Amino acid sequence: MIRDITIGQFFPGQSIIHKLDPRVKIALTFAFIVIIFFAKTYVGYGLIFAYIAFAVWLSQVPVRYILRGLKPLLFIIVLTFLINVFFTPGSKVLFRIWAFKFTQEGLNQGIFMTLRLVLLVVGTSLLTLTTSPISLTDGIERLLQPLQVIRFPAHELAMMMTIALRFIPTLLEETDKIMKAQMARGADFESGNLFQRAKALVPLLVPLFISAFRRADELAMAMESRCYRGGQNRTRMKILKTTRRDYLAVAVTLLLIAGILLDSYVL
Amino acid sequence: MPIVVEHLTHVYMPGSPFESLALDDVSFEIRDGEFVGLIGHTGSGKSTLVQHLNGLLKPTSGRVVVDDIEITSDSKVPKRLRQHVGLVFQYPEHQLFEETVYQDIAFGPRNLNLPEEEVERRVKEAMALVGLDFETIKDRSPFEISGGQRRRVAIAGVLAMEPRILILDEPTAGLDPRGRDEILSQIKNLHEQRGMTIILVSHSMEDIARLVDRIMVMNRGKIALMGKPEEVFSCVDELHAMGLGIPQITHVMRALRAKGMDVPDNIYTVEQAVKVILERIRGNRK
Repeated sequence: MIRDITIGQFFPGQSIIHKLDPRVKIALTFAFIVIIFFAKTYVGYGLIFAYIAFAVWLSQVPVRYILRGLKPLLFIIVLTFLINVFFTPGSKVLFRIWAFKFTQEGLNQGIFMTLRLVLLVVGTSLLTLTTSPISLTDGIERLLQPLQVIRFPAHELAMMMTIALRFIPTLLEETDKIMKAQMARGADFESGNLFQRAKALVPLLVPLFISAFRRADELAMAMESRCYRGGQNRTRMKILKTTRRDYLAVAVTLLLIAGILLDSYVL
Repeated sequence: MPIVVEHLTHVYMPGSPFESLALDDVSFEIRDGEFVGLIGHTGSGKSTLVQHLNGLLKPTSGRVVVDDIEITSDSKVPKRLRQHVGLVFQYPEHQLFEETVYQDIAFGPRNLNLPEEEVERRVKEAMALVGLDFETIKDRSPFEISGGQRRRVAIAGVLAMEPRILILDEPTAGLDPRGRDEILSQIKNLHEQRGMTIILVSHSMEDIARLVDRIMVMNRGKIALMGKPEEVFSCVDELHAMGLGIPQITHVMRALRAKGMDVPDNIYTVEQAVKVILERIRGNRK
């Protein structure tokens, strides 16, 4: 039941994509998202598709895992396609259905928007599938560090994210356990109307809150007794290092960007 | 109400990279009124197994039969199974949520839609069974009483369902020696006076050796050893290979025997050991 949910959908592996520096991966994912919206031709999208397909192949993550992220968005994707197809003004009318004009421009627009959404989801899924939550927050912390000049609490933010991520599985396990314990006492979480169901959650939520507070208290105590005092002068055990494969990934991505810009704006 | 488990297999998260085989073709039977100890290392499948016995988990394959209720991978779990089989989880005090002890113990019976007089009778009885004084404790918050009392309140909450089979998962974990002895003697009473079938999950050999009729040892999702305590504890090497030990007193007796003292090596409680050693000493003096 609840155990079946995987957090952050991380897919453990040893591929070159898994081993990339998380900072580089995050930055490249951002670049990828931006470039998706710059492409304007089918050739451009072909290039982007080839790029992401290559990355997926390198990552060794099964394609069905990548596509699973698309499932909940299927409705939005179809809706976006239809709206763009029917409501984009254009001159080349292919055919009409009742009051709707069906134009070449609309068709292009619809296909582009669909491709953008799909690529967006696939690109970001690839990031979360190949980066463990912990290295993800590590990467975010490092990337936000320049902002500390303006007193942005980068370390604290990253620590909070790390702790939150660390405790999601623990709390899920706890929820599962308490739920089962109450079911063993005849509690019913699955039937009844909305009001009854909400009421049935009380025996689950109260113990869960209490245990969350207890854990928070214990954790704070444990951190303090080990002299935690925020990010000041804190050194790390695992220092992020960029290696040749990171430069290679950046180079490939720069090539893609150059290709898209040339294709869409110069030629 | 016997329990029959046949070829029970359970796989967590099938088809994902986190897939794991928790139970692997487990078969056994438990007779009415038996007191069974279930031992195993962390992750050996003990908890998964007991959750099948009251339908919280369903088998991936195989079947579980409790009384006339059969649970297979696609059967619907009838509510009365949960009532027949009471399951006390590890650290059961973490499930307390009501404002008073009375309300919390009454949660189970109320879910059975019993009339309020019956609920009260059951709460009183359950509290008596675990040695809590009804009048002084019933209106207190479960969060202001001691840890040992909290655990007993939680156990009473399961007993108030009046199950005929009681499963306890590490009921003494984290209690001081006195609290542990109290809980164990109450469990023993439930078995002896009420004739309840009891399954005690534990990794304390001492606790189990003193109480149970039969021991099942689990290792990597399989039942590795099963039999009377003396039979199981005689398999020292197998137990060691699974990271389990034998009761300390059994070690002492084996050491004495190795030194040439004529004592049996199937002693597993201190009381037995005292008796045997005294007999030997008196025998020598004569």
